[in-house]
Order: sequence, then C-alpha cells, then structure tokens
Amino acid sequence: MSNSEKNYIEGATGPWELVVGLEVHAQVTSKSKLFSGASTAFGAAPNTQVSLVDAALPGMLPVINEKCIEQAVRTGLGLRAQINAYSVFDRKNYFYPDLPQGYQISQYKNPIVGEGAVTIDLEDGSSRDVAIERLHLEQDAGKLVHDLQPRKSHVDLNRTGIALMEIVTKPDMYSSEEAGAFLRKLRTILRFLGTCDGNMEQGSMRADVNVSVRRPGEEFGTRTETKNVNSIRFAQQVIDYEAHRQIEVLEDGGSIDQETLLFDPDTGTTRSMRSKEEAHDYRYFPCPDLLPLKMSEEFIENIRATLPELPDAKKDRYMNDLGLSAYDAGVLVADRDMAVFFEGSAAGRDAKVAANWVMGDFLAQLSRRDQNFANPTVRAEQLGGLLDLIADGTISNRIAKDVLDGMFETGHDADRVVEEKGLKQVSDTGAIEAMIDEIMVANPEKVEEFRSGKEQLIGWFVGQVMQKTQGKANPKVANELLRGKLAG
Amino acid sequence: MTADLTKLTIAEARDALAAKDFTALELTDAHLAAIERASALNAFITGTADQARVMAKASDARRAAGQVGALEGIPLAIKDLFCTDGVLTTAASHILDGFKPPYDSTVTAQLWQAGAVMLGKTNLDEFAMGSSNETSFYGNVVNPWRQYGSNSALTPGGSSGGSATAVAARLAMGATGTDTGGSIRQPASFTGIVGLKPTYGRVSRWGIVAFASSLDQAGPMTRTVRDAAIMLGAMSGFDPKDSTSADLPVPDFEAVLDQDLKGVRIGVPDEYRVDDMPEEIEQLWQQGIIWLKEAGAEIKSISLPRTKYALPVYYIVAPAEASSNLSRYVGVRYGLRVEEDGDDYNKMYERTRGQGFGAEVRRRVLIGTYVLSAGYYDAYYLKAQKIRRLISDDFKRVYQDVDAILTPATPSAAFALGDRIDDPLSMYLNDVFTVPGNLSGIPGISVPVAKTEAGLPLGLQVLGPAFDEEIVFKVGHALERAAGFNEAPDDWWSDAS
Repeated sequence: MSNSEKNYIEGATGPWELVVGLEVHAQVTSKSKLFSGASTAFGAAPNTQVSLVDAALPGMLPVINEKCIEQAVRTGLGLRAQINAYSVFDRKNYFYPDLPQGYQISQYKNPIVGEGAVTIDLEDGSSRDVAIERLHLEQDAGKLVHDLQPRKSHVDLNRTGIALMEIVTKPDMYSSEEAGAFLRKLRTILRFLGTCDGNMEQGSMRADVNVSVRRPGEEFGTRTETKNVNSIRFAQQVIDYEAHRQIEVLEDGGSIDQETLLFDPDTGTTRSMRSKEEAHDYRYFPCPDLLPLKMSEEFIENIRATLPELPDAKKDRYMNDLGLSAYDAGVLVADRDMAVFFEGSAAGRDAKVAANWVMGDFLAQLSRRDQNFANPTVRAEQLGGLLDLIADGTISNRIAKDVLDGMFETGHDADRVVEEKGLKQVSDTGAIEAMIDEIMVANPEKVEEFRSGKEQLIGWFVGQVMQKTQGKANPKVANELLRGKLAG
Repeated sequence: MTADLTKLTIAEARDALAAKDFTALELTDAHLAAIERASALNAFITGTADQARVMAKASDARRAAGQVGALEGIPLAIKDLFCTDGVLTTAASHILDGFKPPYDSTVTAQLWQAGAVMLGKTNLDEFAMGSSNETSFYGNVVNPWRQYGSNSALTPGGSSGGSATAVAARLAMGATGTDTGGSIRQPASFTGIVGLKPTYGRVSRWGIVAFASSLDQAGPMTRTVRDAAIMLGAMSGFDPKDSTSADLPVPDFEAVLDQDLKGVRIGVPDEYRVDDMPEEIEQLWQQGIIWLKEAGAEIKSISLPRTKYALPVYYIVAPAEASSNLSRYVGVRYGLRVEEDGDDYNKMYERTRGQGFGAEVRRRVLIGTYVLSAGYYDAYYLKAQKIRRLISDDFKRVYQDVDAILTPATPSAAFALGDRIDDPLSMYLNDVFTVPGNLSGIPGISVPVAKTEAGLPLGLQVLGPAFDEEIVFKVGHALERAAGFNEAPDDWWSDAS
C-alpha cells in the first residue's frame, strides 16, 4: 500500500487524492546581501541597510556574493541534490514599489541546484522521500509600510536584495501531515547546515503552498498557489482548507481556477490575491550584468568536505552506536542545538542517561527559564559534570535535580553547587551507623515490630535516615547498614 | 595666448604643462571661455566651471608637489550618462530631473585620479538612444561643421553628440563617450574627431547610466589617435564592481602608435558596401586601403556574411535590455515624479514614465517589452541572441587571417537636423557599420581622414580582435598620419551665441 492510498479524502461522490507541492523561500545565512555589501541583520531601523545597488541607483551593478553561492551549494548537497556547475541569473521583470530595480534577479532556466530528496518521518513511525525539483537563488524584495500616513505608503528597503533560496518540491506530498513533516525536516536540515536560520516568524523561511485534488489514478488536477505562508501550522491549515474547498467545488460540478491565493490566519481560509487579467508576464531573460555562474569541481568538493553530519545520519548513529531508541534519537536530532548539546554532555558517558537528562530535567529547566539549547546558562560540559557526580555516587539522582536547579541559578559547576549547598551524599558508614543507633533508641517499638516480622518497616527507617541527612545519605549504604543493625 | 590653448592636443598640452609654459588653471580657463561663447552649439547640459577651476588649481598644486598623473591638468568634457558625485546627472532625460548622484562612475573617478579636470556634462540622445542627438530632453546639439556656403544646422550624430561637438569645436581637449551601437564612432565621424569604442569589458560600466548592458562600452573622444590612447589608458582597467569587467592588465596604448605596419594584415569586408552609400565614401574607403598598403600592410578581401543581420539583431537585443534597465525610473526614489491626488502606485508610475520619457525611449521600451513577452521571446530575443553569436563567430573566423579590419565609419556624412527624426528606420541605418562591433564586443576606432566635396568630415573605422586595442591604435594612427587631416570647423558659433 503506497502512502498516497492511505490519505484519500472521502467526498460525497467518492474518494479524492490530495496532492501538495511546496516552494519554500529560505533566507540564506550570510552577513551581506546576494549582490551587494549591505548588512542582512534583522530588525534594523528602516532603510539603514541599503546600498546604492539595493536602491537601484542609475549605473549600479550587481556583483555575486560568493558566500551565498557556497550556502546554496551546501544546501543542495544537504538535500542530496544535483549541483549544477553552470547556472544562470535571470531578470524577472515586474513593477512594484518594493522592487527598486523593476526586476528581481533570480534563476529561471538554469538553477544552481537540481533534483534531490528529503526523507520525512511520519507519526506512524514510517518514513519516505519527498522529491526536490530544484533550488535556485534570488533576491528578496523590500517591505511596504502602509500605516504611517493615511494616504501614503512607505517602503523599507532593508530586506531588498537579501539572498533567498527557493526550494521547490515536486508535487509529491499527499497530506497536510506530510507537508508539515517536510517543512519541519527541511528546517532542521537547513539549521544543521547553517545555511538558513529557519525562523518563520521573522520571515526567514516562508512557503508558497500548491494544492490540487484528483480522483485516484487520474492526472493532476488544477492547482492553487497560496503565497507567503509563514508557519508550518498555517501551511497545514491551507492544505486542509484548500483540499476541502476544491473537492466541494468539483463535486458541485464546478472547476478550479489556477490562481494565486492568500491565507487569512484569523478565519483559517484562503482568498484570491489577484485576478487573471492582472497576471504578470515576467519577461525573464538572462541578466546581462552578470556572467553565467561557473563553479569548479574543486569548489563543490571543498564544500562537500565541510558538510556536517546531517539529521538522518545522526539519528542512525544515535541508534546504532549509542543504543538510543528511535524515538529518543528522533527527538534529539529534530533540533540541531539540542543534538549538539546532547553530544557535548554525553561524550565519554552513558549516552542513554545523558539523553534522559537532556530530554527530561534539562529541557524542563530550559522551558521554565525561557531559554533554549543554543545558549543555556548551564553548558553541555557542566551537565556532563553533574552526570559524573551521579555515576560516582557523590550524589543521588534525586539530589541531582536540586543540584541542576542550583546550577541554573548560579551558573556554577555541579561540584561547586554540591559543595556550597552541602549536598554531598553521605556514604560514611560511621556517621550513618551513629544515626541509625539514635533512631533505634528513639523508636524501640518500631524496632520490635520489624524484628517480629514486619519487614516492610525498613522503608520507614530509611526515610528517617534520609530526613536526618536532608536526603544526602547514600540510600544503598543506609539500607545495608539498617538491615544489619535491625537484624540485631 | 589663451585662445590658442584650446587648439592644443592632449599630448601637446601634457608637454607644455610639464614645461610650465602655462598652468592647468590657464588651460582650463581657456576652455571655460570657449564653452561660454559656444552656447549656440548646446553641447553641454551642465557646466561645472567653478568645480573645474577648483580641480585645475588642485592639479597645479599636485604638479608643484611633483605628483603628475597621466592626464594631469587636462580639461575634459563628460557625457551626461556618467554619474558624477554631487553633479546633476540627467542622461538627457526629463525623468532624471534633479538627480545628483552621491558617487562618481569608475571611469570618471579614474580620470580625476589621473589628474583630469571636469569642464561639464555634455548633451546626448536621451538615455543614449539616438543617432542624431535630437532625442535629448535638453534640445539637440548642433554640429560645428556646416556645408560650404550653407548656414543650415547639421546633426553632430549621436548619441555622444555633445561630447563630439565639444571636442570638435575646441571646447574640451577630450571627452568621454559611450558606444552601444556606434554612439562614439558615428558622432566622431560626423564631427571630424577620433572616437574609440574599446573591447566590451575593457572599461568599467559601474556608475554609467545603463542603456543596453551587454553592449554599452565607454571610450575616449579626442582630436588625435594619440590622445585617445592616452585617455583610454586612464579610463580602462579591471573593476571588481562590474562583473563583466575583464581582469586583464592595461597595455601602454601610446607605446604602439609609431610601430610600422609591415606584415600587418588588413581585412576589407565585401559586405560593408550598402545600398545608397555615396560614391565619395566608397572612394574614401579605397583611399584608406591605399594608405595602409603604402604603410606596409597587406590587404585581404574578407567576408562577414552575417553583417546584414546585425541591425535587426541590435534592434531586438538593445531595446530588450533597455526595457528592463529603465524599469527603475518610476518616481519612487529619485528623479521626476508625476502624480495626482488619489493616484495609486500604478497610476503614478504611468504618469511619471509617460511624461518622463521621450518618444524614442518610449518606442524602444515598447519594442523591448514586446520581444521579451511570453510567446515572442523565442521568435525574437532568443533568435537574435543566436544570430548575435553567429555574427561574433564571423569576426573570430576572419581574425584568424587578418589582424584588423578597415571599413567606412558611417554610410553618410552629417545630415541636417530634422531630416530623419521622423523616420526611425533610416535613422537606425546610421549604425550599420558600427553595430556589428558592439554585438561582437570587439574594439573599433573612427579616424577622421577627409572632407566631402560639400566640406563635411568623414571617418574610416578600424576594427580589431577582442582586447587588442593596440592594433586598432596602430592602424588608426597610420591612417591619421597618411590622411593628414587636421582641420577644425570655422568658428561661426561664437558670434551666434
């Protein structure tokens, strides 16, 4: 049974198959723009990061930023894709106030990256490959600001000319779940590669969502394209909404218009963005200011040599070499920072214990303190230090949770927190023996009950010892000593 | 004395300045005075007299301190297509009203670096689109030459008509031009001066208002071949800000001028005989062949079979690129903005572009938009690019057998203003001999060699292989020597102003 068969939607007149293709615009991580030296930093005051080239002053010429080319190739390699040693930058011509040149420099017929694949992991534990059609580089546009004056609009060109990678899938996803899994996986891969920060809320990753429906086994239906969707959840809402809207239209005997839509998050619906009469003829042609881009085999291989371990390989290694469960490995690699942190804390230690701590108490501390794995108060080696103290019996697991809390409060290493708070586990038999003697003298009736066969009272005695030591007594040692003494 | 200073060539002035015969300021003042008397020629859009005097004084100070650039103290005119820092730059278009760029083009920056002085910004066809200088928003330029016994105003050619006139009328020692289809060489021929279009990529395009990016190339306009070699040396070189700029060393162009032509093979293309070409141009061409033969060159008949496609190809490729290059002029960020209450941005764009661009620019934007449109792209633009490659291949093939090519520069001498402005096709024919060089990217020079019977100057063109400006200069210099043309137009304009 193929995946597509699983996801048929039952309409009033029979089953429908949903087909989804995505065009993801991912902002390239680079200090400067695709064709100019202006900064790409997010959040600067309007029009403060604009070069003469970005503002399209007369006589200005684009010069390719090699870093952006590297990042596109790196991404292509991470998507297991064909790298095209020859590619061409084209002009896509249209008028809009956020586009100073009157054209966007993009890649049309000869993109820098060709076909590839992304493996997605689905909730039922299965996984499959989603086919990538291409990746090309292009310039971002500026931003129009309409609310500063009642009858005038303003334009902020800070974003103008920032490098985007447009990553286009084939129409190869068959449910909103698959599309969501794809977007999450793509974002993870981009973050592992360091080629895009994947922050959808800041607009550095956004998706155009293409949706169509068809009867099983038939040709593709007419698709709609919903532009600029800026969260994974919204993308899934678009797909579900469009699928049901289109099925309803078709079952009522209507037809689907190939149109461009916008998603309204408030209503969860889509609406038409522009009519066909306004459809653009972009008049693509090769940008005469730029020579075709030719990359040497060596350039590409040098980038390949510096590729990091990617999520799929990492997950395999966690399972096969470190003995983690598929679930744990999957959770850890879904977040690059978490995986890096895990590896830092697990190095030379019991990986399963480290994984439990990272995904459990440590993660809980982070979310409570509104921190993340990229820059936590307690570093990976510090957590490792804490694990060492547990392993060598200096502290118990229970005490360790308090120690971790102390570490977050102070930023100090685990041994210092243990020292300062006096949390060191008491394994000194003499001290524990003295305490046991005290307890037995103070509670002769309990001693009697135990000796007459009520052996479960051992727990009560251990509790007393723990109370006297504020939990620091080594429970194993206490237990052994108690049994010896009580046995008389 | 100052009147005579304007008659000097750049090379002569260079020596005289070095000998302290006069100062850069005196040299500049002489030219500023000549410009002031020549308003009837309408060669300048913007005069920069104050700045020129400041630059000239600074040049004298540098010379006193022992710092002497290749063009130290030489007053030049700049085609108003080159952006100049803080100085109005118009491209002769209404749409760039008030535009003062905060930067200098690479070419002008290099000229100032070499010690040159800016006299002003010269008139041109709007966005360099035209062959008669009549499409300028600032009015046409007038050719300083007139037919014998006639007072009718003639075109200086275009698009670098203001630069050509400034140099021919001794208002500037040299000028920058740009050549997209012949815009340096044709006006040079019409005004009896030297004009060189370098190899595409030899001179940076950064900071020059773009017309057709794959064809535009800046070059010098001077009164002698030697002056052109001196000026090109200062203008050219690799510029990392222009991705199409060639990363090659700049030869000493002046050093090759006096080399003899022994063993140099000159090709004469059969296809450069066009219908209706005046007999005297054919004769001049034959005379040129004889001069070069006498100078030791070997003459070879060659064939450039795709020549006839050059103009149609040019009038697809150039407007296509122009339609896109001119999309930035919409009134949002600089220049003219025309809007009325309640306009949305589309309406504002329409008004601004409709009123800001002249008829010829609008015509070419429409042609360019058409040939790039869905459904027409393959039939026009793509096919034109393929033929462009074939035209280029023609040259590559013949350059295996010859070192340079000799042709007429233009199919006619200067014509009357108003004669062809309503007939674009006949206007476009002006560039029939120059356009193939732009399409192939190869260097070409127009050298004045004679006058017509009616008294108008005519030039011959020497084309060379890519990045071999040296052969072009060498052959051009031989023609110049043999022809001995060193006439200046009679000064009628000083009285007329």
